[in-house]
Amino acid sequence: MARGNKNATIIPGFGLTLGVTVAWLSALVLVPLVLLFVRTTALSWPKFVEIVTDERAVASYKLTLGCALAAASLNAVMGSIIAWTLVRVEFPGRRLLDAVVDLPFALPTAVSGIALTAVYSRNGWIGQALGFPVAFTPLGIMVALTFIGLPFVVRTLQPAIEDLDPGVEEAAGILGASRMQTFFRVIAPALLPSLITGFALAFSRALGEYGSVIFISGNMPLRTEITPLLIVTKLEQFDYAGATALGAVQLTASFLMLFSINLVQWWTARKTGVR
Amino acid sequence: MKWRVLLVGLTVLFLSLFLLVPLAAILVEALRKGAGAYVRALLDPDAMVAIRLTLLCASIAVVASVIFGICAAWAVTRFRFPGKSLLLTFIDLPFAVSPVVAGLLMVLVFGGQGWLGPLHLGVLFATPGIILATIFVSFPFVARELIPLMQEQGTEEEEAALLLGASGWQTFVRITLPKIKWGLLYGVILANARAMGEFGAVSVVSGHIRGRTNTIPLHVEILYNEYNFVAAFAVASLLALLALATLGAKALLEWKLRRDAEAAQREAGA
Repeated sequence: MARGNKNATIIPGFGLTLGVTVAWLSALVLVPLVLLFVRTTALSWPKFVEIVTDERAVASYKLTLGCALAAASLNAVMGSIIAWTLVRVEFPGRRLLDAVVDLPFALPTAVSGIALTAVYSRNGWIGQALGFPVAFTPLGIMVALTFIGLPFVVRTLQPAIEDLDPGVEEAAGILGASRMQTFFRVIAPALLPSLITGFALAFSRALGEYGSVIFISGNMPLRTEITPLLIVTKLEQFDYAGATALGAVQLTASFLMLFSINLVQWWTARKTGVR
Repeated sequence: MKWRVLLVGLTVLFLSLFLLVPLAAILVEALRKGAGAYVRALLDPDAMVAIRLTLLCASIAVVASVIFGICAAWAVTRFRFPGKSLLLTFIDLPFAVSPVVAGLLMVLVFGGQGWLGPLHLGVLFATPGIILATIFVSFPFVARELIPLMQEQGTEEEEAALLLGASGWQTFVRITLPKIKWGLLYGVILANARAMGEFGAVSVVSGHIRGRTNTIPLHVEILYNEYNFVAAFAVASLLALLALATLGAKALLEWKLRRDAEAAQREAGA
């Protein structure tokens, strides 16, 4: 607030704190990331293409992308309903459910993985009732990715719903809009940027997820093997070139998602005129 | 009224199917063969080694997260410099990267054919590698909490202290630290939860040497893959309890932070 436009400040520690920050990020994040791409370029182009377009690799991309997309979409729908309910509807136990939404952030992924497998396997509590197999099929991967992505959508939407002015909805109603019209013309446009951000965060997390998936997926090559698992498999076989090439693909996907999320946020900030 | 029942019903159903039932399953599976088997699984020497290693890694990672978080937040919120938004993006990078890729990065730096491989530092498949991987995935948490908090608080009080003759360190300890302590604690809790539970990155660098380089999550995986389900879920229940404690502490701190912010707002208004 008080910072204004002045460049001179009497506060000390600029060199020290920025120095530590930059040195830290360079050593731990930047240099290793650059190294990954340098190592990838050390492979000949045909060799790189051969690794990343291998039948098993392509099958893993399709599976990972498809399941991540399905899970993020389900989360966008259910996350919206849950966020709306938690903000706007008073009911006993609301506070508790609100806290529980963060469980996927707090529960270690390996624990989530074995718990979901136990519940959704053929003789598990929910798997029994469903009548079709979930665990060890792509459907199981989707369950795990839905679990891991839910809080991203709910936590991104909640502040946006809290900021909505109920007066505007009432005004729309008084002016003769039906409930549906109010929803699609007034509420939905105001929430859309947050929904897109939440969806993108959930999708991005799902693309790289490992721990919660590998127990429930069954890990059959070409059928239920996600890309991160293929990277681990290659590392365990000491196929460093293969792991590096697939790692570069995985990392490029993450960067593209990070870039898109920043773009959405920049676009929203410009549209709403904040900052 | 009908709408409300439908909304609450869908919320409860979805959260139960995906969150509550799996959580309950952990505890039920852990106690399937009684309390004796449960305690035996936890007192197993390999489990004890895993618990000790996890506590060691998490405490180092939390300290690292605090040091980095305070430095980064101080630099970003107290000074203007070019490239600030790029720096903020880099701070968030570990969250965007797959944990498996994080592990792969460590292998590329420290592995036998890695960049520092010829130095034979003994990092990979040993405790230092596990610590480094844990730091990588958990260090941004404190910075992420402190940056918005310190941005909002501004620098007036620090400037006053400095003008009155306090040293930089005194100003930080006496003025800044009391203002950010709850936000700091919030970041620490999140960093700790992630550090204790990290699986993918640690799994790649640990080498899975039983009783030597296994953290609690890796120990759970080994027991599970040996079809020793009761022991796997017993050890996993420790992590589930940690998650519940994290959620409880988080809810409490959020309530406290909101109350402090409201009090500050009232004060500013009065």
